[in-house]
Amino acid sequence: MATFAQTGNRVRPAQAGWSLAQAFRARPGLWSLLSFALLCGVWEIAGLWPISYAFPTFSETLLAFWEMVFDGSMLQAYFITLQPLVLGVLVSALLGVALGIVMGLSEKAEWLLAPVFIVLQAAPMAALVPLVTFIYGIGLTAKTLAVIMLALPVIVLNSYKAVRHVSPSLVAMCRSFQGTRMQRIFKIVIPDASPVIFAGLRLGVAAGFIGVMLAELLITPTGVGDLITYHRSIANYAHMYAAVASIIALSMLTLVGLQRFETRFLRPEKRGA
Amino acid sequence: MSQAALRQPPATEATNDAIVEVRGVSKIYGDVEALRNIELSFARGKLTTLLGPSGCGKTTLLKIIAGLVPATSGEIRVNDRVVTGPGPERAFVFQDFALMPWATVMRNVGFGLELRGVREAERKRVAQHYIDQVGLSGFENKYPHELSGGMKQRVGIARAFAVDADVLLMDEPFSAVDEQNRRKFQEDLLKLVEIEKKTFLFVTHSIEEAVYVSDRIVLLSPRPGRVSQIIDPKIDRTATPDEIRRDPGYLDTVENIWDGLRHYAE
Ligand SMILES: Nc1ncnc2c1ncn2[C@@H]1O[C@H](COP(=O)(O)OP(=O)(O)OP(=O)(O)O)[C@@H](O)[C@H]1O
Ligand SMILES: [Mg+2]
Repeated sequence: MATFAQTGNRVRPAQAGWSLAQAFRARPGLWSLLSFALLCGVWEIAGLWPISYAFPTFSETLLAFWEMVFDGSMLQAYFITLQPLVLGVLVSALLGVALGIVMGLSEKAEWLLAPVFIVLQAAPMAALVPLVTFIYGIGLTAKTLAVIMLALPVIVLNSYKAVRHVSPSLVAMCRSFQGTRMQRIFKIVIPDASPVIFAGLRLGVAAGFIGVMLAELLITPTGVGDLITYHRSIANYAHMYAAVASIIALSMLTLVGLQRFETRFLRPEKRGA
Repeated sequence: MSQAALRQPPATEATNDAIVEVRGVSKIYGDVEALRNIELSFARGKLTTLLGPSGCGKTTLLKIIAGLVPATSGEIRVNDRVVTGPGPERAFVFQDFALMPWATVMRNVGFGLELRGVREAERKRVAQHYIDQVGLSGFENKYPHELSGGMKQRVGIARAFAVDADVLLMDEPFSAVDEQNRRKFQEDLLKLVEIEKKTFLFVTHSIEEAVYVSDRIVLLSPRPGRVSQIIDPKIDRTATPDEIRRDPGYLDTVENIWDGLRHYAE
């Protein structure tokens, strides 16, 4: 986005208004930037309203954010939080997609595993997270497990449904041109299923963030969860909001990155849309 | 192609040169009897049309010949070999296009070759040739959702041509096309038949289309599908399309088939 602003300035400095309109048409991403700026503006104004002392303005929050970045507490917190999060999400994504695809392809695997994950998805996982501490204590294992418990079922079930709903006519087409079983899976089934698989991955990643936050708020006050709890306890609301906002922003960036990856590598036809 | 050329001298008159033989094929889906005891042979290098009321089993027969659906009884022989599944000497054009939405026209057309492990440069060369042949030059890098129904269908046809099969099985290939373009496609198809010297099995709902493009028409009865009549429209292909459509022989044949179908309607 920064590079674009540069080129935009370089091309037509004289006709700023006109080139801005053009810029918006050329890069729809600018609209997201605008909407983000609007959100920040509204936040700022809402924070100035004397409703609650506990609701800081956007600028106060931003300041608190930089303060925590420079004193190292933010980095420290993320170092702790990202370990179970990344580990849990990676395990859930790889295992979940693989299991889902196998379940979609094989009746036996479906028969064996589908009921398990359907029950798991229906269960209120948040209530089960504290139970994990009884078994695995309060370390990295417990937190990673909390992430997996929340992320895995939705990823598995989406991948499974995606494979089940692959276009039978594309499968017949691949067969009619003598595609092997492996070619059928990698050239037809996975690309055709990928939009739904990725929808599941996005839900799973979001659930993983919930999992790690729950773990850090309910199991062990560490990492970003601790940062939030701590600043709330000493009434440092700007800092608390900065920590909350930072984890939301990270979650959002991850989801956008995932979408980029999908359109880049699996469904290039969706790039324009 | 070279295979076919080698085989030709001994096989010319003796076997009547049937490339596809359907022997006593029946198909039962659960409690639906789709086809009953079909006996047919399709001549090499000719275009044969399957015509019949909806649900009489035309698609089923074509898919059995393609090796995509197993017959309940009977057998299919292609080039004197019993069919047990899809093979490189047969290529299918799907009624619903069956294009990969995530692949460009170029990749879709070259997909049959890609599955065979043909190298990219060669694949592109062949695909480009058939993209040009079906009149899609300039659309190589478009995705299926950027094409009209008729253009998608032509991608499917180009893909089938690209694998250089002896037999092309086409299931209602012009169904997604309006009347005006349909005529143009029929003429294009006849040109391709002329150039490619392949055997075509063609399913259509249109009697006029069948008579216009076919060397032979197989009329199927309503379910369970049986062969009810075989018609060889003797059309002079050297005439212009408009002349053909006004030709008394053409019109008589169309009328003939209408009569054949009429007693089913009653
Ligand atoms: N996979 C299937 N499972 C069960 N029944 C089927 C299946 N495919 C086809 N049938 C039945 O077999 C009969 C013949 O179907 P088919 O699709 O071959 O007809 P068709 O002649 O191609 O019809 P149309 O002209 O409408 O395309 C139909 O009654 C249909 O209901
Ligand atoms: Mg049909």
